[in-house]
Amino acid sequence: MNPTVTTESQRLALRLVGLPIAAALWVLAYSHLTELADLAIGLFGLTRATHLGEALHFFLYDTPKVLLLLTGIVFLMGVIQTFFAPERTRALLAGRRLGVGNAMAAGLGIVTPFCSCSAVPLFIGFVSAGVPLGITFSFLIAAPMINEVALALLLGLFGWKVALLYLGLGLAVAIVAGLIIGQLRMERHLEDWVRAIHAGETAAPSGDDLTWPERLHAGLRHVREIVGRVWPYVLIGIGLGALIHGYVPEDFMAAFMGRDVWWAVPAAVVLGVPMYTNAAGIIPIVEALIGKGAALGTTLAFMMSVIALSAPEILILRKVLKWPLIATFVAVVATGILLVGYVFNLVL
Amino acid sequence: MKHVKILGTGCRNCQTTLKLVEEVARAQGVEIELEKVDQVQDIMQYRLMATPGVVIDEEVVHAGGVPDRKKIERWFAPSA
Repeated sequence: MNPTVTTESQRLALRLVGLPIAAALWVLAYSHLTELADLAIGLFGLTRATHLGEALHFFLYDTPKVLLLLTGIVFLMGVIQTFFAPERTRALLAGRRLGVGNAMAAGLGIVTPFCSCSAVPLFIGFVSAGVPLGITFSFLIAAPMINEVALALLLGLFGWKVALLYLGLGLAVAIVAGLIIGQLRMERHLEDWVRAIHAGETAAPSGDDLTWPERLHAGLRHVREIVGRVWPYVLIGIGLGALIHGYVPEDFMAAFMGRDVWWAVPAAVVLGVPMYTNAAGIIPIVEALIGKGAALGTTLAFMMSVIALSAPEILILRKVLKWPLIATFVAVVATGILLVGYVFNLVL
Repeated sequence: MKHVKILGTGCRNCQTTLKLVEEVARAQGVEIELEKVDQVQDIMQYRLMATPGVVIDEEVVHAGGVPDRKKIERWFAPSA
């Protein structure tokens, strides 16, 4: 037997044993966050009655909480994504009717792995395989708009109701935007060379059939890649959030980001488009701002427009879409985000 | 000598893939001619759906994400 194969399977076995242990530790740590934070500021001789103590407590409570949720959710996403190679997703969507197809596409947009620079190949792959334009757009909108890092942060900082609302409204925007773009019959606004490729059959190497240990390994790799990249932003964000939480007076933000300020939502969307920021860095600050009177819908609208409507992504799409289609795309998505902002401000 | 093309519009994953392929080939003493394909039209000729992609002697061997180091080592392994 090949010796390298043996060590590899041994390593996989080790991971399989390690996983339940890691999961148990995760639950244990997550259920004792307040005690840990209390204990930690006690060590510094502080109490939550002081500004410094309160700020530090916020930081020491939120940091492990957010990092734990982030690790957990990113791991699960990494495993789920092994089931949805782009080719598989395309096969699932080809020939779907509008409506059902848009809903499926939006759902698949969340779980199909691809980095933002793959938007164009994916787009062409879908359209050339006969996936209708509107359904393709539902997919392309859902993918960046519903961000797993944002989801983890919302869950950690605002609870499951807010996270679920974010998920539901994000899906709704993707579905409706796709339906509208489909209705407008904008196929003629694809670049000519894209339409020419239409007839071609796309046959990239599909994902190899993976075993469960390999899927779990993919989840771990996903954690290493994503959590490894965003944790500094999370720390900086929570740090800033802690300062605001401890020192900025109550209701300070209400005047210009409160729910009574009707123009705050559109202003947030317009402000968000040219920006390209990491969701991870923004949300903890957002939490602290909201504690001081900013409205959740306004801040969420800002976050969504930063993530889903970034200028770099639009420039990439320009390679396959003509301006009228891009303008429609931006307008439809921006309107959707506006609605999300107002709905959040209204319900919460 | 193998002719290797890295397909990708230039995001970080593509650069990582390029570096990794270069590194592994050098480590295994395989001589390769490395080429970067970054125009969308050219990339689409290979009909893949996600970048980065790797093409060896005009055959697509990988698409979508940075390939595993072990996978790359297999490409350059001396065929026994």
